[in-house]
Amino acid sequence: MYRIDFNKLRFLVCDDNPHMRRILRTLLHSFGAREVYEAEDGATALEMYTHYVPDIVITDWAMPIFDGLELAQMIRQPEAKGNPYAPIIMLTGHSEKRRVTVARDAGVTEFLAKPISAKGLYQRILNVVANPRPFIKTKTYFGPDRRRNTNTAYIGPERRVGGEAEIVQQPSLLDKARSAV
Amino acid sequence: MAKQKAPAVEVTAYANHHVITQPNPLKKVLRHADDKDLDDPVARAEAALADLSGEFKSWMVVEAERLSKAYAMILEDGFHQEACDELFRAAHDIKGDAATFGYPSAGAAADSLCRIIEHAPDLDRVPPELFTHHINAVNAIVHDHTKLDSVTVARQLSRKLRKVADEYLIHVNRDRPEHLEALLAPSIVPGDQP
Repeated sequence: MYRIDFNKLRFLVCDDNPHMRRILRTLLHSFGAREVYEAEDGATALEMYTHYVPDIVITDWAMPIFDGLELAQMIRQPEAKGNPYAPIIMLTGHSEKRRVTVARDAGVTEFLAKPISAKGLYQRILNVVANPRPFIKTKTYFGPDRRRNTNTAYIGPERRVGGEAEIVQQPSLLDKARSAV
Repeated sequence: MAKQKAPAVEVTAYANHHVITQPNPLKKVLRHADDKDLDDPVARAEAALADLSGEFKSWMVVEAERLSKAYAMILEDGFHQEACDELFRAAHDIKGDAATFGYPSAGAAADSLCRIIEHAPDLDRVPPELFTHHINAVNAIVHDHTKLDSVTVARQLSRKLRKVADEYLIHVNRDRPEHLEALLAPSIVPGDQP
């Protein structure tokens, strides 16, 4: 069985609703987290993301002006100044399957539909910590691998092509991001 | 954790995509726990949430007032974008938070209101009582929550509202298949069906 040392993790929570921020803060502190930064809108969250370099982002979807989906899209910019790889957990009242797909296509790592539970949140955090997925970059997408299951027989319209891999070493974007702070 | 040196990123190029891998940067926060380790962070968090629950009633009152205020703004100025967005967010917050605060039926009524705002082709043509009934229901559920018989009544009320709202939405969206599909799609939240 694995445990997470929450006191070594830095969280950024973004939700326009002060009651939900309080709930999230309470849950994360109870898990053992010490560093929990809070933003009430996407623009502030993006600024805090660059400044504090959190390990995990938890964001609401529906917020005024700059919502959680846009925040995820801004974070998932491979050429951006900040770390584009941080796990993003979208915690939202949206409970339709098509929303999950939209969030996934914006680069969200985990989707957690409200009502929130301690168990649901803990499991999502454990998943992003223990089972990180590789990132995929295409012309139209940059984010965690959207395939959770390997299916070599898949022949749908969005199948990947190219069997012969070419290895390209690149400087760590994380290093670049963190040295800028 | 965030200040530690990040591991190198490896990029594997394919014909139409790149696969980017790196050693797990969060691996160091994981540790094995043996059977003697009785620490239960989830139980601890649930207990903390229970400690907080004394504040939930006042929080729900604030959320319900926000919803009423958003609709009052619409009655005053009409369905302009800013007012509609605020009405939707107020209802959507209740949809998401109410069950956590112990008011699942208020959440169900708010969900039904969200569906009207999201899927009605023209909000000006929605019968006004459809809005007022939903908003009044949320307020009634929140304020009468302590009554012993209110739980069943609240559930029946929110189910009835959802039925009426869905009948209206299915009728006005009969020529809009993408909305019909969204309206009829099941929720991903277990037990979230009306």
